[in-house]
Amino acid sequence: MPILPILSVLLVLIAVRQPDFMTPSSLMSFLGRSAPIVLLAAGQYFVIVSGEFDLSVGSLVTAQVVVAARLIDSDPSRTWPVVLLMLAFGSVVGLVNGLITTRLRVPSFITTLGMFLILVGAVYLWSDGAPKGGLSAEFRQFGRRAFEDTPLLGRVPYALLVLLAAAVLAVLLMRSDFGRTLVAVGDNPRTAELNGVRVGRAKTIAFVLSGVAAAVAAIVLGGYSGVSFQAGAGLEFGAITAVVLGGVALGGGRGLVAGAMLGALTLETLFALMNFYGVSGALRPTVQGAIILAAVAVSSMRSSSR
Amino acid sequence: MSGPSPQPLLTLRGIGKSFLGVRVLEGVDLDLLPGEVHAVVGENGAGKSTLMKIVSGVYAPDEGTIDFAGAPRRFGGPRDAQRAGIGIIHQEFNLLPERTVAENVYLGHEPVRRGLVDRKAMLGRTAALLASIGEASMPADARVGRLGVAQQQIVEIVKALALDARLLIMDEPTAALADHEVDLLYALVRRLQRRGIGVLYVSHRLREVFDLSDRITVLKDGRRVTTARTVDTTVDQLVRDMVGRELSTYYPERAAPGDLGAVRLAVRGGGNRRVRGIDLRLRAGEVVGVGGLQGSGRSSLARALFGAAPFTTGEVTVDGVPVWLRSPRAAMRAGIAYVTEDRKGEGIVGRQSVLDNALLAGRAIMPSWSGRDDRTPRIRGLLAAVGVRSGGEDREIRFLSGGNQQKVVLARWLSLRPKVLLFDEPTRGIDVGAKSAVHDLVRRLARDGAAVLMISSELPELLGMSDRLIVMRDGRIAGELTAGATEEDVLGLAVGVAGGSAG
Amino acid sequence: MSSSLSLPARRPAPGVFVALAVTLAVGWLVVAVDGGQLFNQPTMVSLLHVAAGLGLVAVGQTLVILGGSLDLSVAYVISLSSLVAAEAMNGRDGALLPAVGLPLAVSAAIGLLNGVLVTKLRINAFIATVGVGLLLKGYLDHGYDGPAGETSPGLVRSLGYQRVGPVPLSFVLLLAVTAGAWLALTRTRFGHHLIAVGGDPEVARLSGVRSDRVLLTAHVLGALCAGLTGIYLASRLGSGAPRVGTEGLYDLESIAAVVLGGTALAGGRGGVVGTVGGVLLLASIDAIFNQLDVDAFFKQVIRGLIIIGAVAVYARRGPRRVAS
Repeated sequence: MPILPILSVLLVLIAVRQPDFMTPSSLMSFLGRSAPIVLLAAGQYFVIVSGEFDLSVGSLVTAQVVVAARLIDSDPSRTWPVVLLMLAFGSVVGLVNGLITTRLRVPSFITTLGMFLILVGAVYLWSDGAPKGGLSAEFRQFGRRAFEDTPLLGRVPYALLVLLAAAVLAVLLMRSDFGRTLVAVGDNPRTAELNGVRVGRAKTIAFVLSGVAAAVAAIVLGGYSGVSFQAGAGLEFGAITAVVLGGVALGGGRGLVAGAMLGALTLETLFALMNFYGVSGALRPTVQGAIILAAVAVSSMRSSSR
Repeated sequence: MSGPSPQPLLTLRGIGKSFLGVRVLEGVDLDLLPGEVHAVVGENGAGKSTLMKIVSGVYAPDEGTIDFAGAPRRFGGPRDAQRAGIGIIHQEFNLLPERTVAENVYLGHEPVRRGLVDRKAMLGRTAALLASIGEASMPADARVGRLGVAQQQIVEIVKALALDARLLIMDEPTAALADHEVDLLYALVRRLQRRGIGVLYVSHRLREVFDLSDRITVLKDGRRVTTARTVDTTVDQLVRDMVGRELSTYYPERAAPGDLGAVRLAVRGGGNRRVRGIDLRLRAGEVVGVGGLQGSGRSSLARALFGAAPFTTGEVTVDGVPVWLRSPRAAMRAGIAYVTEDRKGEGIVGRQSVLDNALLAGRAIMPSWSGRDDRTPRIRGLLAAVGVRSGGEDREIRFLSGGNQQKVVLARWLSLRPKVLLFDEPTRGIDVGAKSAVHDLVRRLARDGAAVLMISSELPELLGMSDRLIVMRDGRIAGELTAGATEEDVLGLAVGVAGGSAG
Repeated sequence: MSSSLSLPARRPAPGVFVALAVTLAVGWLVVAVDGGQLFNQPTMVSLLHVAAGLGLVAVGQTLVILGGSLDLSVAYVISLSSLVAAEAMNGRDGALLPAVGLPLAVSAAIGLLNGVLVTKLRINAFIATVGVGLLLKGYLDHGYDGPAGETSPGLVRSLGYQRVGPVPLSFVLLLAVTAGAWLALTRTRFGHHLIAVGGDPEVARLSGVRSDRVLLTAHVLGALCAGLTGIYLASRLGSGAPRVGTEGLYDLESIAAVVLGGTALAGGRGGVVGTVGGVLLLASIDAIFNQLDVDAFFKQVIRGLIIIGAVAVYARRGPRRVAS
C-alpha cells in the first residue's frame, strides 16, 4: 500500500524531533486520540468504495455530542441508554441517507450535503443556540480513561481498544461476501444487479455503517474534547481525505479498508508532527493541504506510470 | 474498379511490433487499393487490432514502412492519421450521447467564423455528408443518445468522412446490428467504395467477409499467412488458414429427440411492455435458439425470463413449480442463469479479479459471513473445467481476452447449478477457437440436464446450435422452426414474409 | 434538406424554473397568510442581491462541473479576494482598475493551481481543490483576525448598492457574466470541447480535443468568478472579510445551485441558465423565510430539505448510454 511509506516517513520525522513519542505509552495515547478520525475513515470507506459520498458525518458527530450532552445532563444513570440512542440515531441518519440516494436517486453528494445542512440547523435549533447539559463521567470514560500500568505497553486508553475492535470488524466486513459484493457494486453496479446483488440495499447498508461509525466516533470524541458546536467540524473532509490517502478510488470499486484507516492515522500523525515542530495553529491547514496534495500527487503519478 | 491498375491507397511493408518483449507483429505486408474492401481476419491474438492501431496512428511500428496516398508516413498519434485521411470505426462507439449529430461529427474541428463556432455551417455540412451516403433522413440536430445503434454507427462514419477520410477501418461493424441493418451497412459500404474510399474490414463474421470484400488477408500469430482474392478462396480454406487446423464440424452434435427430458421452464401468456403472448416450453437437454431482428424482443424476452424487466402478465413455472420472476435474485433463486449480451457493461466487474468475478453470483445469493468456504475450490475447478487462460486467478479480469472473460462468466453461472440457462449472443466478439469452446460448453450443459435458450444474431451459429428455433418479431413469437431450417426460413419469419424464399 | 438547418434541438426548459415558480407562488401565499408581503421592493432587492453573490460563483462552478471537475476552494478564494480588493483600495476611490485587477489576478492564479493539480498531476478534483482550500485557509487564519481593508466608497455605492430600477447593479453584472458564459459554452470551440471533456474524456481525446488545456481554462474561469464574488462582497460589506466565503457556505451552495439547475454532477450535460435558476430558487427560499421571520437555524434545515427534494424531483440521476 502506497500509504505505508508516507506514514513511515512522518513517524521518523516525529521521532527525530521528539524521541519520547516513540515510547509505548505515548504511542498508545496517540493511537487512542486518533480513534475518531480512524473510525470515520473506516465508515467512509464503505460508502466510497460503493461509489458514493458521505458529507454528513462531521455534522452528525457534532449533533451526536450535543444531543448526548443535553440528554445525559450530567446524570450518570442515563449514560448507557443515551449511548444506545446515539448508535440508533447514527443508524437512522445513515439509513435516511441511503434510502434517499438509492430510492429517490438523488446523487449522494447532494443528499449528504442536504443532510449536513439539516443536522447543523436542527442541532442549533434544538439547543437554542448554545450547548446545554453535560456529559457524565461514565460517558467520557471511552475518551478519557485507560488501563493503567499494563505490562510492556503502559497506559492503554479505552479509546484504543474501541478502535482496535472497530478495525478488526471493519476488515472482517470488507473481506466478507458483503464487502466483496459492495466493491463490485462500486465498480459496475449493472453487472452486480444482474448477478443478484441488491445494489440499493448494499449501498444503504454502507451509509448505515458510516452513520454508526460516526456515532462511535462521537462517543470517543465527546469523552476527551467536550461539548461544542465545533466538535465535528470539518471531519467529513478529513475522513474523505484519509480514505483517498489510503489508496481508495473516489468513484468506487477499489481499495482496502485498512488503507483508509492508515490514511486517517497518517493525517493524525501529520497533525502531531506539526505540533512537535511548533507550527502555528493557524498555519496548520496550509501544511496539511500541502502534504495531502503532495502525497496524493505522488501516489497518482505512481499508479499512472504502471 | 476498372481501367489500369490504380496506385495502392495504403501499402504496409514489413510491419513489426513488440510489446514488453513479446513479438506481436512480424513482417506484415498489406496493400489496399482505392475503392477496395480488404478484409482482415484472424483469431484473437493474431495481431489484427494491433495492426489496425498502427494504421490509425495509435502505435508506431517498430519496423516496417507505411505508405499512404503515395507518400511514406510516420504518424505521431491518432490525430496525425486522421488528418492524413485515415478514419477508424471502433466496435465501441466514441460518441457523446448528450450532444447532437453535428456536434459529434465536428468535435475537435468545429467550423469557426469570426472567432465563434459557425453552427449553421456545422449543421449544413453534416446534413450534406449524411445525404452523400444516402442518409438524408437523419436530422443533423438530433441528440445522439436518442438514436439507435445502426444510426449511431452512421454518425461514426460521417465523423470519419468529415475529416476527408480516404481510408476507413471498420472493426467488427456488424457486431451490434440486426440482419436488415447489416444490409443497410452493406449498401453504405458500397457507396463508400464508389467514392474511391478504401475499407479495411475486420470481422469474425466470415459470411460478411465473403459478401463484402474484394480481398482477404489472414493473420495468424502476428504474421500474414495469406492474402487472396475473395473469389479465389472458401470459408473452409479461410478457417484452416486462421486456425491452422481443420474444423471438420463447426458445431457440436444436436440432441436427438430421445435425449430430451422433462420440461424445465414453461411460460404461458407472458407479456410486458416489450413482449406479448409468450408461450414457451424448454426441456432438459434442449438448446432452443431465438432469432429475430434487432428490436424484435429477443433480449427483452431473456430479461423478462431473468426478472431484469419482468413479465407483467402470464405464468411461469420452473420444474413445474410456479415462480414469480420479479427480480434477477428471484430468477436466480428459481434456478435461472443469464449470460448477458454486453459483457463489458453487464457481464464482468472489470477491476475485480478473475476469482472475484467467478464468485460474484454465489456471494450475492448465498452470502456467508466468513467469506471463506468451500465455494472457492469449486470455482477453481470450474474455471479449469471451462478452460480459462488467465495468467492467474488474481489478475484483473479486464486484462483477459473476450473469450476468456466469457469463460469466467460461464464458470460463475455454472457454480449455481442452474436449471435454465439464457444466453444472449454468447460468442460475440470472441475468436473462432474460443467460439468453438463456448459452443461445446453450451451443448454439454444441455446434455447434463439444463434447458438452454440461446439468442444469436449469427444465423449460422443459430442454425448450427439449436435443436429448435423460435423467431421473434415485434415482441411476439412469430414462429417456430425445427433443426434443419434455412436462413431464409428464419429471415422470412423475422421480417414477416410467409414461407422462406427470395424476396 | 432545409429542415436540418433549423435551430438546434430544443431541450426542455430546466425543471428548476418550474420549481422556482412553484416556490414563489407558495411562498407568496404563505407570507400573505402570515400577514406579510413577499413581492415588495425591499424584499425583491435583497433577494436579487443574495442571488448575485451566489450566482457569480455558481456560474464559474458550472463551467468547472460541466468539464467533469469540481472546485471546493471557492469559499476561500472569495474570502481572499475580498481582502485583497479591500486592502488594495484602502478606502480610496481612484485607481479602481488595479484594485480590482489584483484580486482577479490572484484568483486566476489559484484557478491555475487547481487546474494544474487536476490535469497535470492527475489528482482527483475533490482532493485537489480541498487541498488548495486548506492552503488558503491557513494563510487566511494566520494573517487575519477579522475584517480588514476598506473598499472604495465609489465601488460600495455602485456595485454594492446601486440599482437599475428595482434590479441591483450586481444582478445585472450576474446576467452579463452569465451571458458571457453562455456564449462561451454554445458558440466557442472552448465551450464545445469543455462539454465533450465532461461527457467522455476518452472520446474528447480521440477527437483531438486538448482536454488538459480546456479543463485548465475552466478552472481559471471558475476561480475568476469566485474572485469577482469576493470583490462584490467587499463592496457590500465595505471591507474584506477572512471568513465570508466559508460562513456563507459558498462552496457547497454553489454546487447545489449548479445541480438544481440541471447540470449533471459528472459533467457533460447542463448549462449556466439553469444555474441562475437554481441560485434564484435558493435566494427565494431565503427571502420567504426572512419574511416569515423564521429562525435562522430552522431555515438551514428547510434549505437542506429543499435541496434534496428539488434534486429528487427535477434532477435525478439518469445516465444516458451510447450503445455499442
